[in-house]
Amino acid sequence: MEEYKYILIVLGMGLVSFIPRWFPLFYLSRKQLPDIIIEWLELIPVSILSALLFPALFTKDNPKIISLVSPETAAAIPTFIFAWITRSIGGTLIAGMFFYWAAGKFIFT
Amino acid sequence: MNTVKNDCIDTQYSFKSDFIQALSAVWPVCLGYLPLGLAMGVLGEKAGLSPFQVCFMSIAVFAGSGQFIAISMISAGASAFSIIMTTFMINLRHLLMSSSLSVYFKDVPGKKLTLFSYGIVDETFLVNIDKLKNGQWGINRSIIVNFTAFSAWALSTTTGCYFGKFIPQDAFGINFALTAMFISLLVLQLNGSIYIITALAAGFGAVAVSMIIPGNLYIVIASVSAAAAGVIIKKKVLKSGRI
Repeated sequence: MEEYKYILIVLGMGLVSFIPRWFPLFYLSRKQLPDIIIEWLELIPVSILSALLFPALFTKDNPKIISLVSPETAAAIPTFIFAWITRSIGGTLIAGMFFYWAAGKFIFT
Repeated sequence: MNTVKNDCIDTQYSFKSDFIQALSAVWPVCLGYLPLGLAMGVLGEKAGLSPFQVCFMSIAVFAGSGQFIAISMISAGASAFSIIMTTFMINLRHLLMSSSLSVYFKDVPGKKLTLFSYGIVDETFLVNIDKLKNGQWGINRSIIVNFTAFSAWALSTTTGCYFGKFIPQDAFGINFALTAMFISLLVLQLNGSIYIITALAAGFGAVAVSMIIPGNLYIVIASVSAAAAGVIIKKKVLKSGRI
């Protein structure tokens, strides 16, 4: 691919990635939103987290199929318990890496 | 609804303490980006991109899955229009994150908001929103979080393009780093039954939708509907005291 074409594609990608990030924050932070919308927005982070996490853990392949037994799910359960008890992000990250490594080493060999 | 005016908090702290606080919040993201960025750099190199081109894309776009898909489309010879439209669809979920952050940044100068918004991705959004909900967090710290993650991403993708193929895949379970971080962030978000109900609805909804609709629009569809369902349940059921 020619250099200039690559640069144009990437700049186009950058623009369409930036606008959805910038516009709501810039516009909505200057508005007084109705309470019901604020309550809805309060539930967005937990929803996005689950929507990212569940398919990553419980599905595989493309198109996706259900897959409940994998090193990911085997590691996810102790990781969740560890997070629940310690409530530490960094600690959970290290513990989760260990559980995943151990699952690959000892269970899914 | 108690929305803390976080921008006021910023002025109480020095840049040094903002920097330390932000770094201690964002380091898990940087660690998680390492394997992902290296893999992305290797993919770029295989597609015939130079380290400079890979770095340029990470700086201009800053999007994990979006870049992976764009690179595979570039090597498959897809048209510029379809690559840009696909990137747009993949990154549309940031619209929700940006809206959700707007509640916390009233009265913040536009220039700071613009700077901050450039670095909104899944991971920085989740780290910042966790801190913003608990107070003691403001726009300055949020900006530092975003740009530290951004630098880690640009650095690891560029490095991957040079050296990625010499580094063993999945050393020390590092490929699980971001998933583990998401799990701990999810646990921290579960502050009451309405959050648990919404999380389960979004999670199972996302699994179901992801099997029907190709691509990653399932994230937006499941989040929007689960949060709406959560609000309805909160109003109708929890207020009447049945849960």
